[in-house]
Amino acid sequence: MASVELQSIGKSFGGTPVLSGIDLAVADGEFLTLVGASGCGKSTLIRIIAGLEPQSAGSVRIGGASVDHLRPHERHVAMVFQSYALYPHMRVFANMALPLTMTRLNLFERLPLLRLLSPRRRGVMAGISQQVHAVARQLQIESLLDRRPSQLSGGQRQRVALGRAMVREPAVFLMDEPLSNLDAKLRVHMRSELAELHARLGVTFIYVTHDQVEAMTMSDRVAMMDSGTILQLGKPDDLYARPANVKVAQFIGTPAINLLPARVGAAGTVELFGADLPIRVRRPAGTTLTLGIRPQAVTPATTGTAHTGLCALDGRLRRSENLGAEHILHVDLAAPATGALTGVMAGDPEALVDDARRLALLFAPSACHVFDTEGARIDDVEAVPSAPTRMARAL
Amino acid sequence: MTAAATLAAPVPAPRRNRQRLIESLAGSGFALPAFFLLLLTNLVPLAALLYLSFTNYELGALDTRFLGLDNFHKALGDPVFRRSLYNTFAYVAMVIPGAVGLGLLIAVLLHRRKRTRSIYEVIYFLPVTSTLIAMATVWQFILHPALGPVNAALRALGFGEIAFLSEPAYVLPTLAAIGIWQLVGFNMVLFLAGLSAIPRDLYEAAEIDGCRSGIDRFLTITWPLLGPTTMFVIVTTSITAFKVFDTVAVMTRGGPMGASEVLLYAIYLEGYQYFHMGYAAALTLIFLAFVLLFSILQTFVLERRVHY
Repeated sequence: MASVELQSIGKSFGGTPVLSGIDLAVADGEFLTLVGASGCGKSTLIRIIAGLEPQSAGSVRIGGASVDHLRPHERHVAMVFQSYALYPHMRVFANMALPLTMTRLNLFERLPLLRLLSPRRRGVMAGISQQVHAVARQLQIESLLDRRPSQLSGGQRQRVALGRAMVREPAVFLMDEPLSNLDAKLRVHMRSELAELHARLGVTFIYVTHDQVEAMTMSDRVAMMDSGTILQLGKPDDLYARPANVKVAQFIGTPAINLLPARVGAAGTVELFGADLPIRVRRPAGTTLTLGIRPQAVTPATTGTAHTGLCALDGRLRRSENLGAEHILHVDLAAPATGALTGVMAGDPEALVDDARRLALLFAPSACHVFDTEGARIDDVEAVPSAPTRMARAL
Repeated sequence: MTAAATLAAPVPAPRRNRQRLIESLAGSGFALPAFFLLLLTNLVPLAALLYLSFTNYELGALDTRFLGLDNFHKALGDPVFRRSLYNTFAYVAMVIPGAVGLGLLIAVLLHRRKRTRSIYEVIYFLPVTSTLIAMATVWQFILHPALGPVNAALRALGFGEIAFLSEPAYVLPTLAAIGIWQLVGFNMVLFLAGLSAIPRDLYEAAEIDGCRSGIDRFLTITWPLLGPTTMFVIVTTSITAFKVFDTVAVMTRGGPMGASEVLLYAIYLEGYQYFHMGYAAALTLIFLAFVLLFSILQTFVLERRVHY
């Protein structure tokens, strides 16, 4: 067990920077997820921690000591690859035993025929076998030990890859999109299994994924990456409730957050589609803003409804998706508003729409995330006491 | 919907039979040209060869006697044939490890090079594209006891001269070395193809699992995963080596004292120098039997052991 510290890590491939100034401290026993769209540098970062890729700048410390000069196997880390990277010519047992045979036997004791000359080999192999069986029992793959990887299903391969990582009792587990090759149902299952495994082992996990659901459900903390930098680092809740950047807001949460163009009005209030919202930001008048509203924060209602303290936008229901427990509404906003808004409701939206399929969407101004021109979150949003606002009617 | 229903409707029996007949006729029609070619180029000559091997046919002879298996009996007892068979196997035994091992070594060395790889590939592949008969003349010069640079170098280093092509003990290894030189480039290309098919992930996993040195990596990943390629390379190399002829015909003519007499050269002598066509046909059949053996070895025995 060990903590992992990254100090201003930078990496460029032939002049093209892919990572810059990454500072990250992962506590001992923590489950940290690096999440981001493909090409954001998250895989490169985990490969730098593993030692598979040298960093161009900065330093990696594992357990408090610098590992920059150490080869991958000396760093005491284990890695699970997206492709599992099982050795196709070895049976499951040999696959799982390899990390141990590599460290405990010398070259001659691993060669065919010559190994028979070693007197201590049998004892060492017996110990290895015991350890492999113990791990296989934990993962419930004992019955598969004699099979070859090609005879296993995706989920079984995944377990073998995990077993190979576990058997050497590493200080840090590195996982590079380990669930991406599984089908949706198995992915959900393995998600909870991995979380349980982490709880049981208590070892530091660093997990790379492009799937925000995996990041949200398993991690202690999430680092959201974009174009080689960390946009936000925090608990899953923080990323969802207080996204530091418009990109984080867009990435985390399903359905994706609604982003509406706004600007700072004359009185410092936020002006949305020409109407003032009862919230104020300390920015010069005329500054363009982006307003983020989670679909879950939108309440659909029959058109013409007004509630105290809520803002309303009128629109036409273009399409709704029935998920059983809830419906996802796609609404084209009516003039003067432009664009579309997504909402979520428990009941059937057909009951709300009028003959022209029009309906109102209500939201609390306090539920709005306000982002500045650069996309950074504006935190000092103040409420302005006022009457309910109806933007559609205001003009 | 309607179209599907029409298609699925049962076809009346006579029409179905006719359809089947047309289909089988069309199928045979397509297969016929290929079959005809196969017949003309392979099966008929093979049948003629088989017939000839049972006779004492000589080129230009007016009458031919049917001998049965006499030619094969004679071959088994013929010291010249037995020596050529022995020489061929000795030659193959020297060429296989050399051509396969060197081809693999060069491929592994070249695989990770980026800029220089194509240059080296061309250099090593050149012997494959060159005509061996023409190159044999060059080799004859290089190995010449008095004029050749090899012996000049040996003399300069203080060793004595070596008559590579006229000393019975050296002639076969010398020919084998030339055979290896000719084959290495081709095997290298095959191994390079095999190497690029190995996923990089495996090397990285091995690196994390504790494969420290290049030897570890080679023994754990490269060598086992090159199994199918190696198998193929060994079989093609052994068949090519088994067919050694040009260097012998041009450089040594089986000499000195039959030390480089190989199977194909013996067949050539019997058939086209002594005009014993019947006997040469029998020897050719024996030769073909060996080639067939190599192929069967590949298809049935070893294929199963190297695929995962």
